[in-house]
Amino acid sequence: MSDALPKNNIFKVIGASSLGTLIEWYDFYIFGSLAVIIGHQLFPEDAGASALINTLAIFAAGFIVRPFGALVFGRLGDLIGRKYTFLLTLVLMGGSTFFIGLIPSYKSIGYAAPILVLILRLVQGLALGGEYGGAATYVAEHAPENKRGFFTSWIQTTATLGLFLSLGIIVITKNILGAETFGDWGWRIPFLLSIVLVVVSIYIRMKMHESPLFSKLKAEGNVSKNPLKESFSHKANFKMVLLALFGATMGQGVIWYTGQFYAQSFLENTCKLDFNDSRYILLWGIAFATPFFVVFGAWSDKVGRKWIMLTGMLLGIIFYRPIYQIFLDDTDYTKIEQSDILSSTAAPASAVLIPNSTDSLRTTVTKVMLKSGASFSRIQTDTISVSNGILPAKEIIKDKILAKTVFWKFVGLIFFQILLVTMVYGPIAAFLVELFPTKIRYTSMSLPYHIGNGVFGGLVPFIATLIASFSGSTPLSGLWYPIGIATLSLVIGAIYLSNKRDENIND
Amino acid sequence: MNTLKKFLGLIWMVLGPLAMTFLFLQAIEKVGLTHTDIERTNTILQWGIILFIFLPISLGLMIFGFYAWKGEYDKLPESSEEV
Repeated sequence: MSDALPKNNIFKVIGASSLGTLIEWYDFYIFGSLAVIIGHQLFPEDAGASALINTLAIFAAGFIVRPFGALVFGRLGDLIGRKYTFLLTLVLMGGSTFFIGLIPSYKSIGYAAPILVLILRLVQGLALGGEYGGAATYVAEHAPENKRGFFTSWIQTTATLGLFLSLGIIVITKNILGAETFGDWGWRIPFLLSIVLVVVSIYIRMKMHESPLFSKLKAEGNVSKNPLKESFSHKANFKMVLLALFGATMGQGVIWYTGQFYAQSFLENTCKLDFNDSRYILLWGIAFATPFFVVFGAWSDKVGRKWIMLTGMLLGIIFYRPIYQIFLDDTDYTKIEQSDILSSTAAPASAVLIPNSTDSLRTTVTKVMLKSGASFSRIQTDTISVSNGILPAKEIIKDKILAKTVFWKFVGLIFFQILLVTMVYGPIAAFLVELFPTKIRYTSMSLPYHIGNGVFGGLVPFIATLIASFSGSTPLSGLWYPIGIATLSLVIGAIYLSNKRDENIND
Repeated sequence: MNTLKKFLGLIWMVLGPLAMTFLFLQAIEKVGLTHTDIERTNTILQWGIILFIFLPISLGLMIFGFYAWKGEYDKLPESSEEV
């Protein structure tokens, strides 16, 4: 039986923990959302050695170092306590985010700019790797045993809300300043804003007390002397770390990143939806689905964690391909009839000379409005050849804005995907906490969580795009990666995991 | 169920090296498809990172399979005293 707090105190614990974790997710995601602008500002335009740093910083660093952060800060949390460790991760995350907003452009300080960004991005990844395990452990160790899923599910909402907050602040800042000013210096505002949020969160967290279970352990002199060794060199612990990774967090990670990242990337890059439209769809989907983290967290206290998480994976495996096929079909404007068109306005064509040639390229942009309320831009780039006349090229359709009914249908489909996220993610903190003993809990639960999410999940956009580039593949082929990983995790979880809740985590 | 757990362990043990071989072959193919030095360096770097991350994970899957084969998951611990 854990030393549960009175109801009003437990909500203070949840509030203080969740706010800090939410800010860390916000910090982590604004970098991803602004990667293109950061690339233009902080990296040289010509390729070269800097391309290496660029690739490392944006593609890999933040995700790859998360498991290392889990080890470093997990160990610290099991040695000196939960409170001070996740206070430290918050300072590191907030500080590095703030400094990213201050770094001069490549034009001012040259290669020092991308190198500094890389270092700060590494710190961000390490801090995030240490934060989540601490917050989840801290809340779980304060919660009554029959409401552990309910209380830890509030921590689970923070990743999604952090994404929501980052998208919201970016869209608002961009709309206020305008695209040009935002690209010039306005992108720094979301980074600088982080320091205000972090200061508030640090103030709140400073007032918190150490976890009662850890305090008891410390008073009894039972704190682990070497949590890393105990977690990973003792077979009895290590086998549970492996089971947590392959039977739960691996599948949970791909469901999370498919529903909330790959979906948006697919709508924008494959379906060619307008920049804002693709983000608004995601924002609505998140807003409607977020309460279900708490619903499934609380339900897991009654029926167990296992089957809720595995059902989320199963539904993803079954429905991903039909959902993404609908995205493709409903945004296919190549088959529209002339009678569907309300108006068609062509902007004056622009022409540029092809370097080292007498030929030129003529680009014509036509804005097409449909009777359904949808619209799109048709871009035709023809080669005007002195010797062969006009050589027409295949037209490109982009910047699609959906008809209202289709927009809300897409919101529904994104909502469904995030609902699956809430099923796999809502109960998982309680599940992981119950799997490991108090003295090595921070270390042991953090590693499978961050390998599952940071590596298997974080690589969904990259690997899915890679698969879609194979010869003979279709736009839906990339989905085989999350479907395959979720299937493997579902089979392992269904066969090897127990649905029994560990009521006593005070051990 | 324990027999199923045990024999599936063999599959997990085989799946680890198979996944690594597949990734190595993909890395070689993708690096071979590059045209410029910069493109090649970036592709090598990306695939290097992927292999660096997934190598220990596939090793972990093999160990998981080995434990399953040895019956380590036949009965899961119900309290920390059993861990």
